[in-house]
Amino acid sequence: MNEINITDILLVSTALFFVGVYGFFTRRNMITMLMSVELILNSVNINFVAFNKYLFPQNLDGIFFTIFIITIAAAEAAVAIAIIINMYRSHHSVDVEDATDLKY
Amino acid sequence: MNIYSYIALIPLLPLATFLLLGLFGKKYFSSISGILGTFTLAVSAFISLAVAYSYFFVNGKVDGVFQQIIPLKYTWLTFSPNVSIDMGIVIDPLSVMMLVVVTFVSLMVHIFSLGYMKGEERFATYYAFLSLFTFSMLGLVLSTNIFQIYMFWELVGVSSFLLIGFYFEKPSAVAAAKKAFIVTRFADLGFLIGILILSFHAETLDFQTLISRLTDTQSTQLMGITTASFMGVSMLTWGLTLVFMGGAGKSAMFPLHIWLPDAMEGPTPVSALIHAATMVVAGVYLVARLFPVFVFDAAALTIVTYVGAFSALFAAIIACTQTDIKRVLAYSTMSQIGYMMFALGVSGKGGEEGLGYMASLFHLFTHAFFKSLLFLGAGAVIHLVHSNDMKDMGGLRKHMPITHITFLIACLAIAGIPPFAGFFSKEEILTAAFHSNKLIYVLAVFTSGLTAFYMFRLYFSIFWNKEAHLHGEHHGEGTLSMKIPLIILGACALLAGFVPIADWVTSDGIALETHIDIVFSILPVALAIGGILLALSFYKTENSKSDKIASSLNGFYQAAYHKFYIDEIYLFVTRKIIFNLIGRPAAWIDKNIVDGLMNKMASGTAVISEKIKGFQSGKTQEYALYFFLGIISLSALFIYIIK
Repeated sequence: MNEINITDILLVSTALFFVGVYGFFTRRNMITMLMSVELILNSVNINFVAFNKYLFPQNLDGIFFTIFIITIAAAEAAVAIAIIINMYRSHHSVDVEDATDLKY
Repeated sequence: MNIYSYIALIPLLPLATFLLLGLFGKKYFSSISGILGTFTLAVSAFISLAVAYSYFFVNGKVDGVFQQIIPLKYTWLTFSPNVSIDMGIVIDPLSVMMLVVVTFVSLMVHIFSLGYMKGEERFATYYAFLSLFTFSMLGLVLSTNIFQIYMFWELVGVSSFLLIGFYFEKPSAVAAAKKAFIVTRFADLGFLIGILILSFHAETLDFQTLISRLTDTQSTQLMGITTASFMGVSMLTWGLTLVFMGGAGKSAMFPLHIWLPDAMEGPTPVSALIHAATMVVAGVYLVARLFPVFVFDAAALTIVTYVGAFSALFAAIIACTQTDIKRVLAYSTMSQIGYMMFALGVSGKGGEEGLGYMASLFHLFTHAFFKSLLFLGAGAVIHLVHSNDMKDMGGLRKHMPITHITFLIACLAIAGIPPFAGFFSKEEILTAAFHSNKLIYVLAVFTSGLTAFYMFRLYFSIFWNKEAHLHGEHHGEGTLSMKIPLIILGACALLAGFVPIADWVTSDGIALETHIDIVFSILPVALAIGGILLALSFYKTENSKSDKIASSLNGFYQAAYHKFYIDEIYLFVTRKIIFNLIGRPAAWIDKNIVDGLMNKMASGTAVISEKIKGFQSGKTQEYALYFFLGIISLSALFIYIIK
């Protein structure tokens, strides 16, 4: 099995990251924004796993971090969805542009 | 502990009364507050007399010299091992005499007020203030420490302020109270600086140590204070003069006397107690307390002499022209205190030389009785006539016989007619002045003639002159509680001259042999009688002689009538000079620079936050964008610039 070059992996994760950032900035639907955040988190996960494998194969730190992040992302998704549902109840909308009450 | 420890009760009883009446008087004791205050003070007065008896007759003397005893001393604040503020009690002839005078006169005033202030709405408060004053004054005379005396000095000033302003619904009373407080406070600034100078050089605040160090020619402290000088005058002179300035403020010596006539806005018994018999002699007491040091410094003593003599004459001249009876009495108080001051000034240390010291305190003693009697008599008259002006009075002798007789006794006493109290003390003062300084003697004799004149002007205007025209119902001479103090004080004014103060209160504690020289007495007594006769011819019946004299002396009379425009000078100096040159620029700096800086900071913050508040739009994605841009710029910073 040919070794995959680390640069390729980083390219994928960077692409994933910016797709996520782009989605987060451009989408108005909160659920889509949440999905974008998941993309960003997953690009970080890829980075962690790749660096762990290529730079410190004898350690497992990167893997552990990845697992942590997946767990936290699950928790975060639960909280975020709860917020979105509540938002929908009070504003009858999941559009982030409608939720601008918290300002000066 | 000492056999005299119970003396602490004398000031503490009035303090307890003050706290009780001040806190609960209005609610619970309004009807008996007067009786309560009078009773506790009577206990104090009784203890004072017992102390005086035991000190002067039983155990005060050791080998024929009165000793200074300090029965209680408690260190309150320690600055360094040598310098501390103590609270204590000192017993020596001077303080024992003052104890008796203060408690006795205060008791008389308490009794008199029972009738005079009856029906007053703030009766309990009045007695609370009287007790506060009595406590402070007793604390003052018992002080062992120069700082303790300063604290009680201020307390006395506060109680005087409260009592002058007792009728606070009258604007003139409020103004008078403020004036008295500010003027004496200004003088006390000098006192404080004087205390600091003296104690800095003597390295102690304790009277005994301070006096012994500053009178011992061998001590390093005396060397230090006399060699150090400021503007060519030794620090000793500066210190003593500044201390005297405090005394002059309280004792209404020229030019710090302006508050005293105005202080007559207070209830009349208060004037009798505070502004005639006790508080105003605090200055004399202070100089007498530090007398051993004053003797060491001829310059300071000369200032005391001339200020005293000038005030005596100055006040006597003004007193001749005033028509408000309480103001006449106020100026006569100032004049008599002037006597006491210059008597101290012409005195020397010990033996025959110390005659002036004894004479001064003798005069303080007799003056307390006849002056409080005069004020209480005036109070009784005002109570009847409801006016302070002598134009509204006249022919009252039939309506108030007791007041009339006692007032006459007091007038004779202050005029110095034998055998009334004032004669003896005034003779001693004149003798002391004669042996020391002829100019002062001439001034003093002339003033004593003037004194007789203006006192009898007052007496004839109140009790003779025109027929009384009291309209409507009046309540006669007043209650029994108003008559009793008059009678007791009348007896004192008659007999106080025979009290052998010379055996007790002298500058060195050794009894002083005094004798009345008949030949010497002729001149002052003749002048006093002349003054009385002059007053008799002018004021006994209604006539225009006095007006003619007044108009022939037009300019001078007007000046004296307007109190030599001293008040106007003060107003000019404060309003035109101090306010314009110091007050207004300082106010400008405060308003524009100090406040301005703060205001600019506040408004600047407001403007900036108004500008930048748009950033907080509430749009989540904008925040995320700023966050993202921030991350990018920070990364750029760390990657490319800081490395």
